[in-house]
Amino acid sequence: MSIEFDNNLPIYLQIMNHIKRQIVSGILQPGDKIPSVRELAADLQINPNTIQRTFQELEREEVVETRRGLGRYVTSEESKIMAIKKEMAGELLHRFIHGMQELGFENQDIVSIVSEAVAEDRKQSVKEGAKGGNTAQS
Amino acid sequence: METLLKVDGVSKKYGGKLALNSVSLSIGPGRIVGLLGSNGSGKSTLMRIAAGLTPPSSGSISVLGKPVGKETRSLISYMPDLPLTESWMRVKDAVAFYQDFYADFDLEKAREMLDFMNLKENDRVSSLSKGMGERLQLTLALSRQVNLYLLDEPIGGVDPVARGKILDAIVRFYSEDSSLIVCTHLVRDMERIFDEVMFIQDGVIVLHEEVESIRINRGKGIDDLFKEVFGE
Repeated sequence: MSIEFDNNLPIYLQIMNHIKRQIVSGILQPGDKIPSVRELAADLQINPNTIQRTFQELEREEVVETRRGLGRYVTSEESKIMAIKKEMAGELLHRFIHGMQELGFENQDIVSIVSEAVAEDRKQSVKEGAKGGNTAQS
Repeated sequence: METLLKVDGVSKKYGGKLALNSVSLSIGPGRIVGLLGSNGSGKSTLMRIAAGLTPPSSGSISVLGKPVGKETRSLISYMPDLPLTESWMRVKDAVAFYQDFYADFDLEKAREMLDFMNLKENDRVSSLSKGMGERLQLTLALSRQVNLYLLDEPIGGVDPVARGKILDAIVRFYSEDSSLIVCTHLVRDMERIFDEVMFIQDGVIVLHEEVESIRINRGKGIDDLFKEVFGE
């Protein structure tokens, strides 16, 4: 695991987001064991108490669970993972909408720009799919 | 909170110069603390006083409630900025020397660390590069089982790649219920291993705060804050 850290932001939040991204993208599967505090601290060269705090927050959000004597595991509840996905999507959207508003776009313009972009993206994928045979597109 | 190290109104005079000016602080157990300051700020003086190598001119200092001195020798491990080994020694002699000298020395841990650091027992101490020498000093210092580790510039002489290795070793091998005070001016490289930092300037502690609080409350990292305070 390697992360490009921004020293100006709380490190525990950056590691939390990193682990959530790994869960959402499937690198970490539901029920997977996550590294111990010591392992992750050494890998990332991060203060162990910071890692401890990261894990505590992830537990509080029920993203990971501790099994006594065994270690920490990614939650097996699909609904939790869906919730993380929604949360991360929400952050992306919020940033996007805010950025578009700063550029001077009205809300209805933003909606039409997005739907055009999505349609364009779909056309592009279909074309590439045709070229490359039956490439799976999710 | 329980106190591991307590420094109360400590001043140190060298001739007419005040190297430390009424420094007070306390450190709890299980913490990695950065003591940050530019050259001549008094950080090494403070480390040497905490290690019991030189007495303060005034004020008091204690570890686990015991005044620093003979009684605290078995509680503190100090890694000086200059090596303590002799030039005739091989790595294994340096280890044997520490083992003879300190009852709390953990030989198994030392061997594990030597291996991790790519140090060979038959290497001559005098033929080690500056960086490898630092690795040996760190190995010796961290292989003691004590409550307080004092590391004076542990990454001063190594290139950026090798710094990673030393940071890795510190995080991997320090024991969790003890505390570690690391003094350095290489703030950017080390800030992510700290729980808290102290800034020392002209013999005065001008800031002592949790690093994540600094990032949350000021929206900036320790290196940026350091440059701001020290006006670099």
